[in-house]
Amino acid sequence: MKVIIMGCGRVGARVAAEFDAEGHDVSVVDLQPDAFRLLPRDFHGRMVVGNGVYQEVQREAGGEGADIFMALANGDNRNAMAAQVAKHLLGVPRVVARIFDPERAEVYRELGVEAVNPTVVVSNLVRQAALDPARRS
Amino acid sequence: MYIVIVGGGQVGAQTARELVAFGHEVTVVERDAETVRALNAELGEIAIIGDGTEVSIQEEAGVNRADLIVATTGRDEANLAVAQVAKQRFGTPRVIARINFPKNEEIFRVVGVDIAVSATTAIMSQIEQALPSTPLIHLLELHGSPFELVEVVIGEDAATVGQAVRDLHLPAESLLTLVVHADGRPEVPTGETQLTAGAAVLAVTLPEHEAELRRGLTGGA
Repeated sequence: MKVIIMGCGRVGARVAAEFDAEGHDVSVVDLQPDAFRLLPRDFHGRMVVGNGVYQEVQREAGGEGADIFMALANGDNRNAMAAQVAKHLLGVPRVVARIFDPERAEVYRELGVEAVNPTVVVSNLVRQAALDPARRS
Repeated sequence: MYIVIVGGGQVGAQTARELVAFGHEVTVVERDAETVRALNAELGEIAIIGDGTEVSIQEEAGVNRADLIVATTGRDEANLAVAQVAKQRFGTPRVIARINFPKNEEIFRVVGVDIAVSATTAIMSQIEQALPSTPLIHLLELHGSPFELVEVVIGEDAATVGQAVRDLHLPAESLLTLVVHADGRPEVPTGETQLTAGAAVLAVTLPEHEAELRRGLTGGA
């Protein structure tokens, strides 16, 4: 599959490395060239410096014809906008965005963005770890 | 009308002043506490502190009963979020968003922001109007429609001077709405209306028919 990832922070770099190791065609976009140091040394994918919110940067990263676009940068609003640009302007069928605010995550889900909400996910895990440490993942 | 403005910077504050002066009820949502204090001191308790892209802050600002929400911040991604949260959560009938970078206009339009205002585009439109040789001037994009309002000036030497509107070859889906003759007299055009030298014709058309409309109105190449 062809996968575009916006944001090469800890999460972005990890997801990119995993898709790459599984043999997918991966492009990572970040504003800062030194962000790519978080990728493993044997990363085969493409690294694009630029603002992934803009459609021309997404196109440069090969966004046209991509199967999945993941917005994992800092900032809920940036992620939501980038995911919708990929979906509506480039026609990427599956778009995922990290949205910290649970209420906005729900809004974007209704608008066709797979919104992953770390706040809810982490608080559930914390609760589970506190109450039942043996079952912690 | 009840209007919520998100962003209390220069654009938001000035919009608030004018709307209050027109007698509208206005709430401004702004993240910076100092800016909120200054607005409240000037305009009388109309501003609240908060991130206007959040559902709970929009609720506090009364977006659910707002006739209009205006997103005026300097960040396009925030303005888009304001518009989408208001529409999706509160069914706000009309949202207007400021666009800071013209390259973002397309996504605002595609996701259904009613009016996206780009300062750069507005300046370009003014420049078009100031240049005497501009064959076709973009006046307005129509809300919720692919049509646009444009102005075509009939030059002194246009082949169509003296012709009746019914004899013009105009593209389908183009509508002449007003003719302003060179002496300033406005006329709602009918088939009988004759084009006069120096008249400005306001027409509704589709962007792809602009060139054909201009040729039809001026007889030019």
